[in-house]
Amino acid sequence: MSAMSDTALQAVPATKARGYWATVGRRIRRDKVSMACAVILLLIFASALLAPWLHLADPYQGSMIRRLRHIGTPGYPLGTDELGRDMLARLIYGGRLSLVIGILPVILAFGIGTSLGLVAGYVGGKLNTAIMRTVDVFYAFPSVLLAIAISGALGAGITNSIVSLTIVFVPQITRVAESVTTGVRNMDFVEAARASGAGPFTIMRVHMLGNVLGPIFVYATGLISVSMILAAGLSFLGLGTKPPEPEWGLMLNTLRTAIYVNPWVAALPGAMIFAVSICFNLLSDGMRSAMDIRN
Amino acid sequence: MLAYTSRRIVYVIPIVLSVALVCFLLVHITPGDPLVAVLPADASQELAAQLRTAYGFDRPLPVQFGLWLWRAIHGDLGNSIATGRPVLSEVMRAVGNTVMLAISAAMIGFTLGLLFGLIAGYFRDTWVDKVATSIAIAGVSLPHYWLGMVLVIIFSVQLNWLPAVGAGPGGSGAWAWDWEHLRYLVLPAITTSVIPMGIVTRTVRALTGDILSQDFVEALRAKGLRETEVFRHVVKNAAPTALAVMGLQLGYMLGGSILIETVFSWPGSGLLLNSAIFQRDLPLLQGTILVLALFFVLLNLLVDIAQAAIDPRIKRS
Repeated sequence: MSAMSDTALQAVPATKARGYWATVGRRIRRDKVSMACAVILLLIFASALLAPWLHLADPYQGSMIRRLRHIGTPGYPLGTDELGRDMLARLIYGGRLSLVIGILPVILAFGIGTSLGLVAGYVGGKLNTAIMRTVDVFYAFPSVLLAIAISGALGAGITNSIVSLTIVFVPQITRVAESVTTGVRNMDFVEAARASGAGPFTIMRVHMLGNVLGPIFVYATGLISVSMILAAGLSFLGLGTKPPEPEWGLMLNTLRTAIYVNPWVAALPGAMIFAVSICFNLLSDGMRSAMDIRN
Repeated sequence: MLAYTSRRIVYVIPIVLSVALVCFLLVHITPGDPLVAVLPADASQELAAQLRTAYGFDRPLPVQFGLWLWRAIHGDLGNSIATGRPVLSEVMRAVGNTVMLAISAAMIGFTLGLLFGLIAGYFRDTWVDKVATSIAIAGVSLPHYWLGMVLVIIFSVQLNWLPAVGAGPGGSGAWAWDWEHLRYLVLPAITTSVIPMGIVTRTVRALTGDILSQDFVEALRAKGLRETEVFRHVVKNAAPTALAVMGLQLGYMLGGSILIETVFSWPGSGLLLNSAIFQRDLPLLQGTILVLALFFVLLNLLVDIAQAAIDPRIKRS
């Protein structure tokens, strides 16, 4: 993960501000892989959002006589799970919770981490030391271990797993934000703003935020991939939501017993996690190279 | 080198103390009285008060931390509630299995990662590069616990070649270095190796590309060096960073093994952590996390020192 951050650290020079985002947008629209990923993600998001209107089977309604039907069974295009519930409906409804618990921690951490990093990078001195040394402490834990430690101590639950993942990602985003901010801070245009009488808050908000947000955003997009895997992983361990709620990680866990009967149905929820995770990773890569205009 | 090493060691002390503090506080963020964890369900009021004093839970928090730390330094992490045995011995017994898994996975993941990364970096933007990059990005995006399940489906359920769970025939018997035992290691090790393989590939590819575009490579070629000699210089320049990334990945494998050990019922520290969580065995949870985090800090320290030993530029900065 540190390798990913290193390439994201280069701040975008302010001189390219005019027309910069338009250029980036055009470059990313030409990138076939990024566009394909964006389309897949849009489809997954839209189906999760519109699930109640898609005329799907009831994701909670099981039946003992039609358990573990195979993929392609008439009436059950993706088969049924260990309690006879329709897999297609559960996968689509499952997206609602899975996407929220996977993405919300990154959004929260993006807000908190960017603020902390911006302040640490701009103010510097003792405040920087205090913030960055605290961040270092969290780096002394492998992220999976930290997430599980906090989640395990707080107990199972959706809120707790969102809280624990947010705590895992805040330090990472803070580090990126601080490093980008430090790079921008000494540029001439910040000096000019200060000379013309702008206060620290105005400088951070008006002059610096726009210049540091891009690299942090790209980094955070890549983190969604990790977050999806970890959030579903917590549910997989039983630390997230509880049955019968459809959620990809939990479904993968409850279907583990079915791998000897109907293995490929059991593997489906993981394929969804993989699809979302790889799309966000590729999208993040695409954005990074689109924003790297010097090449 | 000695000065650098001692400076690094001194720098680690506050980190170790903070890690201990976080582990200590873990028990205190649990909802409810920390005493619940050590109290039998039908305990009387007197027994509760007695235990509260015995464990020091009636003392102020900083004093409690001091006492806990003092005991921890002397190797006393308390006793597991589930088994009654000392936490430290439980953890140490399990860590051995995790280390074995992590090192096997590292051998697979790092070898493939270095190979793919060097090839991709050397033949940038060719089809070889595209294949290697795709494998790498799939590796870092795979939910590894799902990959474990899929491998079990293919190699255990369908082909019946390898065992699905456990660490040896007949339950948790003693480990031996023969095929009867090693076949239990194959699937967990491959599953664990996928993420480090992806990360090492991406890192080494980027490094190789950067180095090859530097002027000194042009100079080497102008001097008439053969391509194999140039390659040697590329490897030498990429080594410190690659080493740092691999060290970090080894640490992640050691500390983040819970999901894979759960899938394969591999009797390591991750499975121990899993049972500690679900039996609400807080001393065991706290102790396991402390030991794993300290391993991680130690490993980072060793990597830093090794990196400085092979790259003299680092010491000066």
